[in-house]
Amino acid sequence: MRTLADLPLEKRTIVTAIKESAIRPKLLEMGIYAGKSVEVLFKAPFGDPIAVNVDGYVLSMRLNEAQLIEVAD
Amino acid sequence: MKKIALFGNPNTGKSSIFNRLTGLKQHVGNFPGVTVDKQTGTFSYNNEKFELIDFPGTYSVYPRSSDEKIVFDVISNPQHTDYPDAVIVVVDASNLERNLLLFSQLYDLGLPTILLLNMTDVAARKEIAISIEELQNAFPATTIIRSNARIGTGIEEIKRVISENKLKTAEKPFGKQQALLSISDTEGQAVDTDERFHNIQQLVNNAVTRNQKLPSRSKKIDLWLTHPVVGYLFFFLLLLVIFQSVFTLASYPMDLIDGAFGSLSSFVAQQLPPGLFTDLLANGIIPGIGGVLVFVPQIALLFFLLSILEETGYMARVVFMMDRLMRPFGLNGKSVVPLISSAACAIPGIMSARTINSWQERLTTIFVAPLISCSARIPVYTLLIHLVIPNKLVGGFISLQGLVLFCLYFLGLIAALITAWVFQFFLKNKQLSIFLLELPPYKSPRWANVGIEVFSKAKVFVTDAGKIIVAISILLWALASFGPSNKIENAEKLIPKPSVQTETTQIAYEKQIAAVQLENSYIGIIGKSIEPIIAPIGYDWKMGICLITSFAAREVFVGSLATIYAIDQTEEDTTPLIERLREETKADGSKTYNLASGLSLLVFYVFAMQCMATLAVVKRETKSWKWPIIQLVYMGALAYVAAYIIYNLFQ
Repeated sequence: MRTLADLPLEKRTIVTAIKESAIRPKLLEMGIYAGKSVEVLFKAPFGDPIAVNVDGYVLSMRLNEAQLIEVAD
Repeated sequence: MKKIALFGNPNTGKSSIFNRLTGLKQHVGNFPGVTVDKQTGTFSYNNEKFELIDFPGTYSVYPRSSDEKIVFDVISNPQHTDYPDAVIVVVDASNLERNLLLFSQLYDLGLPTILLLNMTDVAARKEIAISIEELQNAFPATTIIRSNARIGTGIEEIKRVISENKLKTAEKPFGKQQALLSISDTEGQAVDTDERFHNIQQLVNNAVTRNQKLPSRSKKIDLWLTHPVVGYLFFFLLLLVIFQSVFTLASYPMDLIDGAFGSLSSFVAQQLPPGLFTDLLANGIIPGIGGVLVFVPQIALLFFLLSILEETGYMARVVFMMDRLMRPFGLNGKSVVPLISSAACAIPGIMSARTINSWQERLTTIFVAPLISCSARIPVYTLLIHLVIPNKLVGGFISLQGLVLFCLYFLGLIAALITAWVFQFFLKNKQLSIFLLELPPYKSPRWANVGIEVFSKAKVFVTDAGKIIVAISILLWALASFGPSNKIENAEKLIPKPSVQTETTQIAYEKQIAAVQLENSYIGIIGKSIEPIIAPIGYDWKMGICLITSFAAREVFVGSLATIYAIDQTEEDTTPLIERLREETKADGSKTYNLASGLSLLVFYVFAMQCMATLAVVKRETKSWKWPIIQLVYMGALAYVAAYIIYNLFQ
């Protein structure tokens, strides 16, 4: 299953699901839920964290957090 | 007085609204039982006064950290002392969907609400149009106000609406209320959040027409400022500017303050009749207050620069860039600025750690910051290095003395990082580490916010930490001025008066009296009594006295040595003191200040928590004596063990 962590830069896609985790409610609160349009804008110098365009605002997250977010191919 | 609460997501201009409403009528207090500061202020309308409480910015009422728990604690409990009469929810008009989550939760909790549509300028620039009618239909009980905090529109309307007292509570909730009342039911919360967003999405689809583009200017800037080479270079230069400001620029006003209080002190000593009260005033209280105010320029400058970084949105990028590097040490990307500032002085450094949102990472930063060598250690380092390190070159071009100085700084930095890493294992009930950080669009700072931030930080330091510093100053004065025997009063009789009265002999005479007085004071007695403890690391009782007096500030070590050895020296020129110390021998005829004891002292000063002002400010920032005491103990232990090893290695 493809996650936000391995999405190439500037490829717009749709969130399909969020994996079960303690961080899940927090991801939801930040407006990341199934059906949301997302795109990786740029990455920090070590490739982690990454900056994501969440439907009009920029949210940065660590790779382990991005791995919880499943996206459509 | 009616209590009004201010809520909102981070980066919605909430603090601008707070500053606009209250101006300088602000006060920092405590929420019961938590470490979060309670920022309150007052405003008046039609002769009625209101209290405004600024709650920490959150994305929902469910806490992600113990800090954010205060939001839930207050609003879910009508019996809470801070339970508000009404709430203003600041909502970013350019990101309505995410912002409405928090609003809908507060609306459903049955509080009278104002929905403040802020940043309407940004929304307009993003070509976002919002239908107020649709919003009003979805939340019939709320009062909607449009505002633009940057230019101040909407502020008078907020005051008017609040004073008219017509705010209503919701009759029909927007979502389900049950989940909102249970903090432990995370699954219920997730379901509720999901449903809320489902409803909000429908609402936003009807109420908002928009052009779905990101502001490209911010993205372009980000491609440079988070670039692996350019980004770090820029950040490095910025750190240099920050360091230089706190280190060099601040030294001018600091010297002025220092000089002014020195003059005031001698003026008082000369003008008032000699006696206990004059002595207390001239040598205890005035230097104590001076010792507080001397930190203000550094604090003001650092917070001036930091709040610009926060205001522009760059601070979030610093966290973004540094996270991977700081994560292994349990530190935050934002820890870099406090740690670098601590190389000038730990006081502003520790205070600046409050920009770190996670309590654990903030505490870790505060915990290790005093290990970074500050400028107050420099006089001690230079004196001891000149004293025991030969002035020669290593490898033909590197000064050995310079190399030792570099090693001391490096040692402090390494110790700070290792301590931070070890500290993680001692933290109980670790919080879930969540990064999830919004990178707000770049914007120019609002200078009123910067000014208010500088003012309030300086004020908090002077009023809160200042009290403790003055109290310890007076205690140290008393310990140095009194003793169990009458030798202090009789010092003048004990020292033979010089036979020839010249200025030089008179000064020498006075210095000898001062030396006898210090030796026989309580501090002198304590210094002597700890000799058995400090002998294994190579120190005698004279050094012991100086270790204690330098608790006031590390550089006092040099002055105290001069007093004990009755050396007449100026601050700039320590040559007479160095010459005198070189002659000092132990009972067995060997030198007191040799390589082993010198290095041991140097290492001791790298690690030991010899600074009451730092302890006072840690107490202020952590709201408990627990952490400063732990710091005092662990840094003291570290210093002792390291000094012991070094002394025995070189002996």
